[in-house]
Amino acid sequence: MKQTKFSPSLRKITESKLFFPTLTLALILLFDLITVPNFFSIQIRNGNLYGSLIDIFRNASAVMLLSIGMTLVIATGGVDLSVGAVMAIAASVAALLMNPYVLATELPPHLMKLINDPQFTYQPLWIVIIVTLIVATICGLWNGLLVAYVRIQPMVATLILMIAGRGIAQLITNGVRIQIFYEPYAFIGQGWKILPFSLYLVAFVFVIAWIITRRTAIGLFIESVGINFRSSYFSGIDEKKIKLLAYSFCGLCAGIAGLVASSNIKTSDAYNIGMTLELDAILAVVIGGTVMGIGGRFSLLASLIGAVVIQAITTSMYAIGVQAFALQAIKGLVVIFVILLYSEQVRGFIRKLTVQKEAKP
Amino acid sequence: MADKDTSDLLISMRGINKAFPGVQALENVDFDLRYGEIHALMGGNGAGKSTLIKVLTGVERPDSGKILLLGKEVSVKSPQHAQSLGISTVYQEINLCPNLTVAENILIGREPMKWGSIHWKKLNTQAKEILLRILGIDIDVTRTLGSYSVAIQQMVAIARSLEIEFAKILILDEPTSSLSTHETEQLFGVMRKLKSEGVGIIFITHFIDQVYKISDRITVIRNGTLVGTFDTSTLSRMELITKMIGRSITVLDEMLKTKAETVKHIRGENVLQARELGQTGEIEPFDLDLHAGEVVGLAGLMGSGRTEAASLLFGLETPDSGSLTIAGKRVEKFSPNASIKRGLVLSPEDRKAAGIVDDLSVRENIILAMQAGQGWFKYISRQKQEEIADKYIHLLDIATPSADQIVKNLSGGNQQKVILARWLATNPQVLILDEPTRGIDVGTKAEIQKLVLSLAEDGKACIFISSELEEVMRCSHRIAVLCDRKKVAEYSGEVDQNVIMHSMAGEL
Ligand SMILES: Nc1ncnc2c1ncn2[C@@H]1O[C@H](COP(=O)(O)OP(=O)(O)OP(=O)(O)O)[C@@H](O)[C@H]1O
Ligand SMILES: [Mg+2]
Repeated sequence: MKQTKFSPSLRKITESKLFFPTLTLALILLFDLITVPNFFSIQIRNGNLYGSLIDIFRNASAVMLLSIGMTLVIATGGVDLSVGAVMAIAASVAALLMNPYVLATELPPHLMKLINDPQFTYQPLWIVIIVTLIVATICGLWNGLLVAYVRIQPMVATLILMIAGRGIAQLITNGVRIQIFYEPYAFIGQGWKILPFSLYLVAFVFVIAWIITRRTAIGLFIESVGINFRSSYFSGIDEKKIKLLAYSFCGLCAGIAGLVASSNIKTSDAYNIGMTLELDAILAVVIGGTVMGIGGRFSLLASLIGAVVIQAITTSMYAIGVQAFALQAIKGLVVIFVILLYSEQVRGFIRKLTVQKEAKP
Repeated sequence: MADKDTSDLLISMRGINKAFPGVQALENVDFDLRYGEIHALMGGNGAGKSTLIKVLTGVERPDSGKILLLGKEVSVKSPQHAQSLGISTVYQEINLCPNLTVAENILIGREPMKWGSIHWKKLNTQAKEILLRILGIDIDVTRTLGSYSVAIQQMVAIARSLEIEFAKILILDEPTSSLSTHETEQLFGVMRKLKSEGVGIIFITHFIDQVYKISDRITVIRNGTLVGTFDTSTLSRMELITKMIGRSITVLDEMLKTKAETVKHIRGENVLQARELGQTGEIEPFDLDLHAGEVVGLAGLMGSGRTEAASLLFGLETPDSGSLTIAGKRVEKFSPNASIKRGLVLSPEDRKAAGIVDDLSVRENIILAMQAGQGWFKYISRQKQEEIADKYIHLLDIATPSADQIVKNLSGGNQQKVILARWLATNPQVLILDEPTRGIDVGTKAEIQKLVLSLAEDGKACIFISSELEEVMRCSHRIAVLCDRKKVAEYSGEVDQNVIMHSMAGEL
């Protein structure tokens, strides 16, 4: 076979999954640089960093967490519509574990006092977190069972929990919106240690997910199952267990996102927490270049950038005074733009440009 | 050549160039097709045959060069455009819809209508009639295409392409790779008839015999460049092979010499023992023994149950009768994963649906089963992966610019080699090879047959399945014959080919 010079430079960059999300983010930030004064200014207070840029990342943290789990699910060729609802369930579980007295109809005064005591928690924080995350993981496991073993289409299987989930969240708290007064809990979403604490959480989950997928064979198997589950099965990959793992992990990520979100607004609001965030998470993954409905190759980092892109759009639109309703339309435009970017035609065009450049240096 | 009068030609391709990243797939290739001729396009795996077809039918755009159709220059924009120009094509990789029924696949876009909606009954009878008339096969056309074997799928694709009226040009890219002699003969009959009507046919195959049986002219390409166009009657087989592989024909000599009988063969201990193993509706209970150092061939016509038997042995299906003992241990858990761990592997016949993982790299495809055998956590290091991939790329002569090439960018035959590499890499004790040489060129085919025999010499056991009886006979120490989903006979030692053929047809 004749081999031409395999010049990787330009092509490698444009074919990389990071290329388009990063480019999009750069364009948005460039837009901000021009239109919004002081957008990039960062203040230091008490050794912590504050500013619009930091806010973008902080506000993106819930979607970033969701997008990590969602990436794995979409890579297997599925989707998880229930993550928003699972966030709500997680919030309810956490709130209840910290303060079950809220639900009591009658309380002796010494307990009554505890209800809004910022230092009181019924269960220690670590138990609250662990139990909440176990519940969220079980939610994911349930989805995984339906998809992998009962063989229900992912969209339908996870729709069940998406619809039922918020009801379950209400049931857990007996229909009450529990306010969370416990001070240390607020640190999860609002704490600051040079950077917002939630960003460390994102980084931690990202690193864990990266190690699981790229330092073991799991990432390869997820991609393989997404691309061709039959070939994967023939090759001895336990396709069902791989799916189960992906959905469970997605549930876990939703649980963590639920902790962050409820700690941010200090309540367990079953009808607000995580509302429509499943769509943002899916969008983030799609912007990150993992193909919805087909799966296969994925990049966790690209999905994270995708999540930031979504938040950056929101923040910049608000910064220039766009109304909330117009924002939805603009998001829609971005979706179209992204889908166009990934279409075969545009891809082929870009490929052609880079090939020609390489052929005639 | 360029100044030659081209008006009597159906197609004339001039100076075609096509490069992919890392590969110059076609370099200044000329190709002509006359009225009423069958023109064979020959070349080794990765020579550029399919690419030339894709350029002609608008799947790929050439980097330079021109295409004249009936003397007029055309720029073919898409496969649909090619079709409207009178070019009907069967591509190497079957591109029909596995989820639709056979009938729908044949008549899609040309469905018979009744009161503004599809006339289903007519659709089905028409499709059935077409299959019977063209290829002489009678199957249930209301089943989904995906539920049928590769051979049937291939025939459906052929039937579909032949049903297009007004086609002036018919292109068949390896249409016979999984057909048996009978269906191939049927196809040839249709081709001859079309030829007499003035249709020009481009025919790609790796079967030398078929080329000599049917073609008028032969064009050979090698490594993307044109070797030449020859009249079939003036070109000897040896010359043709030499032109294709670019070296002398010692390989072919060897191929003819390497026979199972000539290889030193020590029959070792029993490694696989099937007793009354069967699955209702798929394969009737059968007995089979396999010993270390032995190659057992499975012969049978299409639909005889070869693939079904292999599926049971590999644990793709759970048998509902009988027992299976591998290496002295009775099998309780039937799954591919468990089989791989036991050292038993199956290289499936359906390369596209059950073989390659097309968006993964060559390297990842090669180590996939090995990794699955080792589990999730014992990840094979990148360096080790590269070593393994390089070893098999070298051993099987896989044409790829690098181990990191996405496997779907490889030529059909080279994809097949990647699948073989995947199974060899697991270092199995028992290999079941279902059509391992499908779409593989003459030179490499001989290499693979040699490889199978040398594996047996090393004490491995092998079950060899092929629709090509000669190949089965050459490679096997023993041959089991299946007919109508039943094992009907077993032969060892010198057997006459005719005996086996009769037995395959159920006449013994
Ligand atoms: N889309 C693609 N991207 C990159 N390389 C490609 C692509 N398609 C084909 N090639 C390369 O072009 C060369 C010619 O491939 P082609 O499929 O034409 O071979 P072929 O002669 O049909 O071989 P076979 O007998 O195995 O089918 C091969 O080296 C292949 O790897
Ligand atoms: Mg080909």
